[in-house]
Amino acid sequence: MVEKGVKVFGMWASPMAIRVEWALRLKGVAYEYVDEDLANKSDALLRHNPVTKKVPVLVHDGEPIAESTIIVEYIDEVWKDGYPIMPSDPYERAQARFWAKYADEKCIAAIYPVFTSTGEAQAKVVHEAQQCLKTLEKALEGKKFFGGGDFGYLDVIVGWYAHWLPIIEEVCGAKVVTDEELPVLKAWYDRILAVDVVKETLPPRDKLLALNKARREQLLSA
Amino acid sequence: MVAGEKKGVVLLDFWVSPFAQRCRIALAEKGLAYESVEQVLLGDKGDLLLRSNPVHKKVPVLLHDGRAVCESLVILEYIEDAFPLATPRLLPADPFARAQARFWADYVDKTVYGIGTRLWRLKGEQRAAARAEMLETLRTLDAELGDRAFFAGEAFGFVDVALIPLTSWFYSYEKHGGFSVQAEFPRLAEWARRCGERDSVAKILTKPEEVLDFIGVLKKHYGVE
Repeated sequence: MVEKGVKVFGMWASPMAIRVEWALRLKGVAYEYVDEDLANKSDALLRHNPVTKKVPVLVHDGEPIAESTIIVEYIDEVWKDGYPIMPSDPYERAQARFWAKYADEKCIAAIYPVFTSTGEAQAKVVHEAQQCLKTLEKALEGKKFFGGGDFGYLDVIVGWYAHWLPIIEEVCGAKVVTDEELPVLKAWYDRILAVDVVKETLPPRDKLLALNKARREQLLSA
Repeated sequence: MVAGEKKGVVLLDFWVSPFAQRCRIALAEKGLAYESVEQVLLGDKGDLLLRSNPVHKKVPVLLHDGRAVCESLVILEYIEDAFPLATPRLLPADPFARAQARFWADYVDKTVYGIGTRLWRLKGEQRAAARAEMLETLRTLDAELGDRAFFAGEAFGFVDVALIPLTSWFYSYEKHGGFSVQAEFPRLAEWARRCGERDSVAKILTKPEEVLDFIGVLKKHYGVE
């Protein structure tokens, strides 16, 4: 008997999981959210994603899809008459996919060391993170959103910065996205935070701050 | 379009790059005309490459009427999107099947080449760790393929294109890791042979011995013994 409906296996503090929620909400699709304890993953999650065992996983009528960027494209294709997430032009689609890959492969790798370092070492990696984000920022120049006039695929993929990065900066006492260094990205934050699907889903700031404080303490004392 | 920019499809290429070969196979399968422009990678990179891919400075780059698309899997999707009438389609029509294809191509991207590089570049315990990861990866891919002819079933498609150029590197991985794909994963070995019967694949893949020679060149370049 196939279980009908849409389930999202996620974790309340995960930026990758929130992408899936944003995509579903843009399309007006109802879903059940399963909040995983990543230290004690559910049998269901491990069954649905045996290869990487990670969140998020979308289960649609019993069929699982893993990898947030792939899930977002899937959602866009299935509910194709809803809000358009991917651009329609082939070249624009290629640019959106390119930058999503860049953000997830390079920017995350550049930001993580900021979180795990202190003092002079941190200053160096802050600079590198800024260089990485400056490159990404070029795709935003002259536009309201990465998607152009409207919140689009790349905004779904990197919109998490607007809520998470200021919290990470506060936790590790670093300033990465500043008006001086990344003015275009910083100005985009407010537009992201004003989007309905974003407002509806952001994890509480104090809870996210506390979690990241604890994580950083753990990492620094290891 | 800037004056002097070429119309049509140009691929910034490198003879042994499995990533460039993905693009060449896709273009060949679909009968799409293109010009391959061989790049210098182990010396001073050319202006066109640096201008077309300023972010990564890597091949492949597909230039279509002068506009650059970078990253091989992004290029494969672009070819599907930009040439909607060109057959065979590499991605199925069904969204779930498309998502599966994208997942496995992405899995290949995140594993084979990176682990393989650690296998030939590193020694001792680090090499042993890479070997274990490579076997795990190939086991996972073999299991996913199962008894099917190709990864998506009956038709040669996206995942096959993503993985097949890397099979030229298996011989080198086997030599450095002391294992045999044929012995451990006969279904995967059979799949590679099946793909190799296709004209596009047969013409485009580098011979395994030549890949091994090239790894020798890379070792010198990186100062690896």
